[in-house]
Amino acid sequence: MKKDVRLRFSLIALSAALALFYLIPNTPLYDYMPQTYKNTVTRGITLGLDLQGGLHLVFEVEGNRAVEITAERRAPAIKKLLEGKKLSADVKAEGATIVITPASDEIRRAVEADYKEFELKNSSGRLVYALSSKEIKWIKDNAVDQALETIRNRVDAFGVAEPVIQRQGENEIVVQLPGIKDPKRAIELIGKTAQLEFKLVDDESPLAAELPGSVKPEEEAEMLKKFEGRIPEDDVIFFERTVNKNSDEVFKRPFLLKKQSLLTGDLLSEAGVSIDNRFNEPYVSIKFNPEGARLFEEVTGKYVKRRMAIILDNSLYSAPVIQEKISGGSAQITGTFTMNEARDLSIVLRAGSLPAPVKMLQNITVGPSLGRDSITAGSRAALLALLLVSGFMIFYYRFSGVIAVSALVLNILLLLGAIAALKATLTLPGIAGVVLAIGMAVDTNVLMFERIREELRAGKTARAAVDSGYDKAFYTIVDSHVTTLITAAVLFQFGTGPIKGFAVTLSLGVTINLFTSLIGTKSIFDFLNSRKEVKELSI
Amino acid sequence: MIELIRKTDIDFMGKKYIAFAISGVLTLIGLFATVQVGRGAANLGIDFAGGTAVQIKFEKQASLDSIRGLISQAGLKDVELQELPTENKILIMVKKEEERLGGFSDKIVGLLEKGLPGNRITVDSVSEIGPKVGKKLRVDALWAVLASAAGILIYVGWRFQFRFSVGATVATFHDVFAVMGIFYLMGREINLILVTALLTIAGYSLTDTVVVFDRIRENLRFALKEPVEKVINRSINEVLSRTIVTSLTVFLSSLALFFTGGEVLHDFALAMLIGIIIGTYSSVFVASPIVLLWGGSGKPLVKK
Repeated sequence: MKKDVRLRFSLIALSAALALFYLIPNTPLYDYMPQTYKNTVTRGITLGLDLQGGLHLVFEVEGNRAVEITAERRAPAIKKLLEGKKLSADVKAEGATIVITPASDEIRRAVEADYKEFELKNSSGRLVYALSSKEIKWIKDNAVDQALETIRNRVDAFGVAEPVIQRQGENEIVVQLPGIKDPKRAIELIGKTAQLEFKLVDDESPLAAELPGSVKPEEEAEMLKKFEGRIPEDDVIFFERTVNKNSDEVFKRPFLLKKQSLLTGDLLSEAGVSIDNRFNEPYVSIKFNPEGARLFEEVTGKYVKRRMAIILDNSLYSAPVIQEKISGGSAQITGTFTMNEARDLSIVLRAGSLPAPVKMLQNITVGPSLGRDSITAGSRAALLALLLVSGFMIFYYRFSGVIAVSALVLNILLLLGAIAALKATLTLPGIAGVVLAIGMAVDTNVLMFERIREELRAGKTARAAVDSGYDKAFYTIVDSHVTTLITAAVLFQFGTGPIKGFAVTLSLGVTINLFTSLIGTKSIFDFLNSRKEVKELSI
Repeated sequence: MIELIRKTDIDFMGKKYIAFAISGVLTLIGLFATVQVGRGAANLGIDFAGGTAVQIKFEKQASLDSIRGLISQAGLKDVELQELPTENKILIMVKKEEERLGGFSDKIVGLLEKGLPGNRITVDSVSEIGPKVGKKLRVDALWAVLASAAGILIYVGWRFQFRFSVGATVATFHDVFAVMGIFYLMGREINLILVTALLTIAGYSLTDTVVVFDRIRENLRFALKEPVEKVINRSINEVLSRTIVTSLTVFLSSLALFFTGGEVLHDFALAMLIGIIIGTYSSVFVASPIVLLWGGSGKPLVKK
């Protein structure tokens, strides 16, 4: 008996020591620990975004747009192929399909020989090709992977400690950025498609001369309506946004552009922020890769003295006049940028564009002050719960209550240690789980003590009462724990991040409770009983 | 020995029809509330309804009316304001399924910064939930409730005889519906954290039921000649003090959360407080009478 008790005490001491071992990083003691320890235990309890402050974003990659973009890119390539074979045809992308007129067998053979991923949907009068469902699936899937990679590069460049960027389900991306200070800027940086395009300004069309010099933002729609139907088929109107420095008034200057892009941002190799010496304004300098540089030289040579518009995500930044042929592949994007805007723009240009636009499905932003408030409130609640429950237990069960409370303290220590050791995340609902676990932990002891009281009333000796009390209460205790574990498991399965944290602490708390009360408190009773025959139990 | 309840001899089973009436009403309200939630006619949180919630901390006290004025001046519609139990904190919500997220929170923050000069504001949190996520969370919550119901059923069915399982299951559902109904009547928000509380209540209320059932089962084994109703009454009287004490300790914990746990956990704690009381009541007045009535009273429950 005595040996057995000693063994159990060592087990308790060992587990408590282990818990402390993992919790040291949460205490000031960590600074004094040897390096070998710091290498093994790098952190104590990990706090969730709701306690630490930060961003939790869910984006959906618009896979259908990725498919349309693929069709848009293939259309000119098919036209080139047909031209090479001396076949004159009109090739256009319409949504996710490619439409070719006229519908001749020769064209059909030529297209189908080279573009096996397309399926013919209609051949009366014109040829309508759509991507095969296998190809569509691949494009959508690939778009998500690519977007994930691009977002990761952007976040890395932005500089966030320990970001989480994960794919979720078929077409969603989860981004978690702990401790971020400027959430709005981060959201814009991540969500930007960053499709950079260079388009030629069409000043040869008679319409170009009719466009007003500038309009107010609210007049934009009205102006577009006025010219509706008169815009040439290959053209499109874009607005340049300008701000009057003195009055802060915003103006929009319309430009008539050729729809077809001369160059796109995927040919970039570098992007960085520079400062304009004359106006002391930041701008973004870009450099093309060799292929881009060659193309850039070609188009600038071809369109000297004409304007070239620089467009990012369908908004026009500037439309400078090409003064001369530019070799070397360097260019500048100017606009009225703040330093941060210029920096973010260079980040997204460097990281590359997203393969398709992304849509934000969810944004949970928790400010650092709320996180701190929550930690304070949570700790205060835990402390109060501990006081109330301990006070009641000692009042009601006297010395046995003291034993139960020491088991409770051990319980909390082990629970926190387990959270740290298992690298689980402590969330605000998780703290609620700890607080509830305080109340539930003593339940086990209550069930035993009540049973022991009953045995005592039936006239048993203290030792016999303790033994049979523990034995008889055992199954009740296990049953009552299992039901709580079932719901905790379900919450873990279906819950969102913070709720998962609740499920983890609650189930850990309940499991550890079995250990502390069945081994812990029982050992103390056994120990007391083993020293001398206890006549009366303080219970 | 300090005892909350000394040896009692209460005829619990004799009051079963009064209890059934009360429980019936509670359950009906709960069912009605559940239907309303399903129809979207209840006060759903933005995690279920979709929309935006911005929690703002003011440096000095700001009256709800002045904020309401600013919002209606700006022409924003369907905006709900809620004062939080924590000092100088206000929750501003719009439950609209926006296709593009981000517009509302920026507008509100800009509006308050301009409209209340001299009262510095801090944006505590912003939650924007798109319609797709709201729907997914609703479906997930439903699955969670069904899955835990199934889990509890299977476990209880395995550990107890059929009529005990029926009693425990009915009592568990009763507790969940009752808390749901009370929350609905109070006009409290039905959100993810409430569902978490409901599932926790389901798990915990079973603890109480198990304590009572274990004793009934134990006593039935040795009291073959005694009428079942008497055995059940005796069993409940025997374990009455412990079901109350075990509930009390968790009640004290929840009370601590309710008063000091902060605004997010406030409603969670409230649900727990109500749930614990109802769970304790239902172990005695719902679960046990069902065991008695299932298959007719008076017959021996345990075969040797």
